[in-house]
Amino acid sequence: MSEQTEASVRAEARAWLEANWNPDLGLVEWRNKLIDSGWGVPSWPRDWFGRGLPVALEAVVEEELRRIGAVGVAKTGIRRLAAATLLVHGNDAQKQKWLRRSLTGEDTWCQLFSEPGSGSDLAGATTRAEFKGNRWVVNGQKVWTTSAHHADWGLLLARTDVNVPKHQGMSYFVLEIRQPGVEVRPLRQMNGHASFNQVFFTDAEVPPDNLVGEVGRGWAVATTTLMHERRGADGIRTWGQASDRAGRVYDEERAEIVTVMEPYKWYPQRAGRVDLVVERAKATGRASDPLVRQEIAKLLTMSKAAEWTARRARAAQALGRPPGPEGSLGKLVSSHVARAAARVHTLISGADAMLTGEDAPMDGLIAEILVSVPAGSIAGGTDEIQRNIISERVLGMPKEPRTDNDRPFRDVPKNLVG
Amino acid sequence: MQFSFTGEQEEFRSVLRRFLEEKEPTTVVRRLMETEAGWERDGWRELNQQLGLTAVHIPEAYGGQGFGYVELGIVLEEMGRALLCAPYFASTALAATAIMNAGTDAQKRTLLPDIASGDTIATLAFTEPNGRWDAAGFATTATRADGAYRLDGIKSFVLDGHTADLIAVVANSDKGLSFFTVKGDASGLHRRALKVVDPTRKQARLEFRAVKAELLGEEGGGAAPFAKTMTQAAVCLANEMVGGAERLRQSALDYANLRVQFGRTIASFQSMKHKQADMLVDVELAKSAAYAAASAAAEDDAELPALASLAKACASEAYMQTAIHTIQIHGGIGFTWDNDTHLWFKRAKSSEVFLGDPAYHRELMMRAWGV
Ligand SMILES: Cc1cc2nc3c(=O)[nH]c(=O)nc-3n(C[C@H](O)[C@H](O)[C@H](O)COP(=O)(O)OP(=O)(O)OC[C@H]3O[C@@H](n4cnc5c(N)ncnc54)[C@H](O)[C@@H]3O)c2cc1C
Repeated sequence: MSEQTEASVRAEARAWLEANWNPDLGLVEWRNKLIDSGWGVPSWPRDWFGRGLPVALEAVVEEELRRIGAVGVAKTGIRRLAAATLLVHGNDAQKQKWLRRSLTGEDTWCQLFSEPGSGSDLAGATTRAEFKGNRWVVNGQKVWTTSAHHADWGLLLARTDVNVPKHQGMSYFVLEIRQPGVEVRPLRQMNGHASFNQVFFTDAEVPPDNLVGEVGRGWAVATTTLMHERRGADGIRTWGQASDRAGRVYDEERAEIVTVMEPYKWYPQRAGRVDLVVERAKATGRASDPLVRQEIAKLLTMSKAAEWTARRARAAQALGRPPGPEGSLGKLVSSHVARAAARVHTLISGADAMLTGEDAPMDGLIAEILVSVPAGSIAGGTDEIQRNIISERVLGMPKEPRTDNDRPFRDVPKNLVG
Repeated sequence: MQFSFTGEQEEFRSVLRRFLEEKEPTTVVRRLMETEAGWERDGWRELNQQLGLTAVHIPEAYGGQGFGYVELGIVLEEMGRALLCAPYFASTALAATAIMNAGTDAQKRTLLPDIASGDTIATLAFTEPNGRWDAAGFATTATRADGAYRLDGIKSFVLDGHTADLIAVVANSDKGLSFFTVKGDASGLHRRALKVVDPTRKQARLEFRAVKAELLGEEGGGAAPFAKTMTQAAVCLANEMVGGAERLRQSALDYANLRVQFGRTIASFQSMKHKQADMLVDVELAKSAAYAAASAAAEDDAELPALASLAKACASEAYMQTAIHTIQIHGGIGFTWDNDTHLWFKRAKSSEVFLGDPAYHRELMMRAWGV
């Protein structure tokens, strides 16, 4: 196991892919094959579809998949968070039930954390889950639930006890979305898309087997989900980008992207599309303006440095070193990059920045960047919350005095209107 | 330079604010922004009959009220605050101003009274698809044949260009830059509404194919009036922008005082307080710049071109930054369609580049200062 080097992993993965990759397979069929081989999630344990490789070597396998053009396991969207969370906190039956189907993409997920009254303060959730007879009964409301309209399952953070401090009264469930007690209503965003939803529970039911972890220990489980979400924040730049190659597996992947992944189609724009900046500057002739050049150079400097910071974090991890501060900065930095990119796109586009749709540059793609970027500094934990985490947990600065977690949750002041 | 408003000006502002709050709540903004025209005759008539707003800076001799840029600035600031959906900027701030700067006395007597009363909606067509705001970027031509001028070319980003009754056009003839007027329904004029980021302010693309036009002012004498019009328009836009920015800033403060997270209002978090303080600094500085520019315009001060550009650049950045902060302070709800913040965010984005972006105006300012 310790003998696994980058070169040996690369050679082994390459050999397996060369022998097995077949673009004429069905998408699920191929992904099952990949999962069985352990190359789908190589850093996962051997007992659960992986090869027990260090996380850092995953990139090597990714490169090999890309090199041969093979489709990977379902890694984008909330299903990625579901799989990562269940791998750590799920019991064997739960892993058995959901891991494989999440990796093949047969199961689609949403994250039922935020509520009208609690977003940054997720432990302030008031959606109740009560054990009645032989099942959990859920009442309350979630909001900003991305992709709930496509989801089979939801990762639900709910209150099971109001008489203990807030973090101790939460439990974590897998809730089946398609049932009479769940109503999903789309919410439109400022960029015109409706990728998130309001989700209402009226006596929605959850079987006891779907409790993840223990009753009252849901916060710890949710923390795992959030950590993966924030770590992955930078990756959304490439979500929902389809390959244009021919073959059944690509056709089915394209079909998946326009259906299940449809809510994420603007996510690359939300990250600012730094990749388009130079091309746009050349196409518009703005690349010769010294001022524009300076602004582009500043943006690229920040974006490159951000990329290398993430690389440094991964490299340290590969060497088994304790995580340094560089690993906690990604989410915050990605909103700086996105905002700077929106500024530079505006500078390059000039008057055209006022246009949208077919009248606008790149058929409205640039306009979509301008009205999507504000999401990045809110979704998955706001910039302010990231700064709190960095200053308090990474730098060890004193925590804000708190008055909300030293008393029973029922006594904590809440929003009057949600 | 005037550093405070008179009692009458303050009174005028508060009457106007009440009027716009009553007549143009965001429910009305949202209804109008979904229409292709983007505004309605009825609301427009009320605005003008009750308050005479379209006449504010037009001299009494031409049917106006004879006020100056300080009063016009107040009107625009309040309209920016209310996000009024009306062809006011097009008709009053741009077209009437251009006619006052370029037209002969006889032309002003003919054209301005109907604009002042609001019966004629006018606009100014100058920028072309290349997006340049300076006259050197205009390629539309005017040729004279059989005693009449004909225009050929394409104008873009024309505010309310698809609904205006009268269009003042900047074009080049043999003799140089000149102004013309064209009727909205002139033959050979093809008008199309553009798809715009800010749906509360409509724009159009106008294609002129041998469109018969009336010369406005002197042929070849358009450069100075055009430059002056752009300067005055920048003053107007700066004042409109600070109105929007202030409204956003206030809405963010109100929300922060209501919203509870972690058992306390988010307004009690120091990072929120610092953001609010920074926003206040941005907005107040921009207001000072916009007011100074309006005052310089009122007095036709020699410093006006520099101050107008200074104000435009300063207000553009303050407005955009305030809009970004306001969404952020609202959290998830600030990113929704149903929350009103994005309506101002989009106006801020559009105003940031309309009439030239901050970098363009800073350059103009430096040149005006002889640097
Ligand atoms: C595009 C998008 C997709 C999303 N998808 C999902 C999803 O799938 N599932 C889900 O559960 N949620 C989702 N969310 C919700 C998101 O996680 C929340 O919006 C976010 O955590 C902020 O919560 P809030 O909206 O309640 O804002 P609030 O928490 O009310 O924040 C309002 C403001 O207060 C500030 N603030 C709050 N607490 C502090 C503090 N302690 N110190 C300093 N400042 C503070 C915030 O930074 C913010 O500026 C999504 C949001 C977006 C925009």
